[in-house]
Amino acid sequence: MNVLIIAAKEIHQAIRNRWVLAATLLLAGLALSLTFLGSAPTGNVGVRALDVVIVSLSSLTIFLVPLIALLISHDAIIGEMERGTMLLLLSYPIARWQVLLGKFLGHLAVLGFATCLGYGAAVGALAATGSDIDGDSLLAFAAMVGSSVLLGAAFVAIGYLVSALVRDRGTAAGICVGLWLLLVLIYDMALLGVLALDQGRSISATVLNALLLSNPTDAYRLINLTGFANVSTFAGMAGLAQSTSLTIPVLLTTLLSWTLLPLGLAAVAFSRREL
Amino acid sequence: MTATVHVSDVTKAYGRIRAVRDASFTLGQGELVALIGHNGAGKTTLMKLMLGLIRPTSGSIEVLGDNPAAGEFAGRRQLGYLPENVSFDPALTGRETQAFYARLKREPVAKALELLDAVGLGAASRRRVNTYSKGMRQRLGLAQALLGQPRVLLLDEPTTGLDPELRQTFYDIIARLAAAGATVLLSSHALTELEERAGRVIIMNRGIKVADGSIDELRRLARLPTRIRLRVAGLAPSELPGWAPKDATCRRLNGHIVEIDAAPERKIELLHRATAAGNSVEDVDVVPPTLDELYAHFLRQSEQAP
Repeated sequence: MNVLIIAAKEIHQAIRNRWVLAATLLLAGLALSLTFLGSAPTGNVGVRALDVVIVSLSSLTIFLVPLIALLISHDAIIGEMERGTMLLLLSYPIARWQVLLGKFLGHLAVLGFATCLGYGAAVGALAATGSDIDGDSLLAFAAMVGSSVLLGAAFVAIGYLVSALVRDRGTAAGICVGLWLLLVLIYDMALLGVLALDQGRSISATVLNALLLSNPTDAYRLINLTGFANVSTFAGMAGLAQSTSLTIPVLLTTLLSWTLLPLGLAAVAFSRREL
Repeated sequence: MTATVHVSDVTKAYGRIRAVRDASFTLGQGELVALIGHNGAGKTTLMKLMLGLIRPTSGSIEVLGDNPAAGEFAGRRQLGYLPENVSFDPALTGRETQAFYARLKREPVAKALELLDAVGLGAASRRRVNTYSKGMRQRLGLAQALLGQPRVLLLDEPTTGLDPELRQTFYDIIARLAAAGATVLLSSHALTELEERAGRVIIMNRGIKVADGSIDELRRLARLPTRIRLRVAGLAPSELPGWAPKDATCRRLNGHIVEIDAAPERKIELLHRATAAGNSVEDVDVVPPTLDELYAHFLRQSEQAP
């Protein structure tokens, strides 16, 4: 009950602050432009348009959704402490983990709403312009939207952990920008570089899998680019899709643990804090 | 009298600084207690300890049957708190804020909104909190602290930023709640305001409780002189009346007034002497030591003690 009260307030605030509007418009705008501009290189012949959209949208998601998630979450605990609102809230009959979980559900709802509506606009636009959309593609699209929300959840949880540990908001923002750069940009480049240098001598498939799973964005990428046969051909990942032993359930579990573990740690860190 | 708050041998250290040292007291139902002390004397720290926002370094606390340090919070439904610099989410309106806090305490929202009128927020309650002045935020802070039927009220500097009229209303509300059995602990710098209202005073200095008792008890303990002011006709400007005691301090204030510092037990005797002398005493004022003076006295005493 307490959890839901907090979640409802977070959603209310996000609507009031135009967070929901901004995130939805951003995602919808980019999804729509990718839908119409993104078909230029492949042309319109013999390609199922939605599959192309899935490939380009999931690449976009990897950059954008973690960024939005960290933006709303890095402030969640330390920000309220600095503004002084946490002091009053914690004098009410509510446990600290309930505050955290309520915020998580609220933020997740905001993110889920923006993603579903924003990306849904792309499907709507395709259907409206008369493209064929078959069941397989639709299923892959739904999986893409679902996993995008899950990726967002992971980064919201990571943002909370940072927020629960640091001493001021500036530090939280700095660390979150650093984490975003590391996990979204640098990690893959470094991994590629290491693989190219190593030439397969010491890095086995198992090690590679472990390295891929230790970054939530890679788990997300694998779900969407290799998980569905019709998509993986366009993604240029068909070869990898056949050789990798990382199945969808393993990848989903990874993303889920990337959510639950930071969330749990954030709850522990928050419960020990003095304010 | 049932106790609602127990504080026993509580010490709270921040590194080498001990914000509260070995403080012990018990607050009972229906008590209106003033917690006074300098900035940094440990008043806010004590309230935060009672709320479980911080944990004591040693000692134990019990509030409405809960141990706040262990994260127990069942009793907090009947606890109201007003922090020193209260702040609210700026994007929500006063009504939305009050409704949110009411839900957390499982109080009917309609009743909670009536409190906004009681503190005089009225029309402003439909505006966003970020448009509020300090006084209006303080009113909203009071309204949320009064939610439900609080059995314990912890108010940190509650009257700062309130206009005189609302102060009166505020003290009336507090007195009513205390009469109905609530424990009210309020910290303040406005000692003159508290003097007539607080049934009990706890004085803190540098984290140590230096005095605890009703104002009369503190007066007895302090043995500060009561000042008797007499208006006497027909005296030369620097002359003292003949009946003035040699063993008490007498001084002339202005044209006609003689002031005598009387030890508590000599008050009556001195008044007798003044009237018996037949000299033309026109008026008498008896001023017992004020809370300000008592406070200064106990602080001095605790500074002199090793």
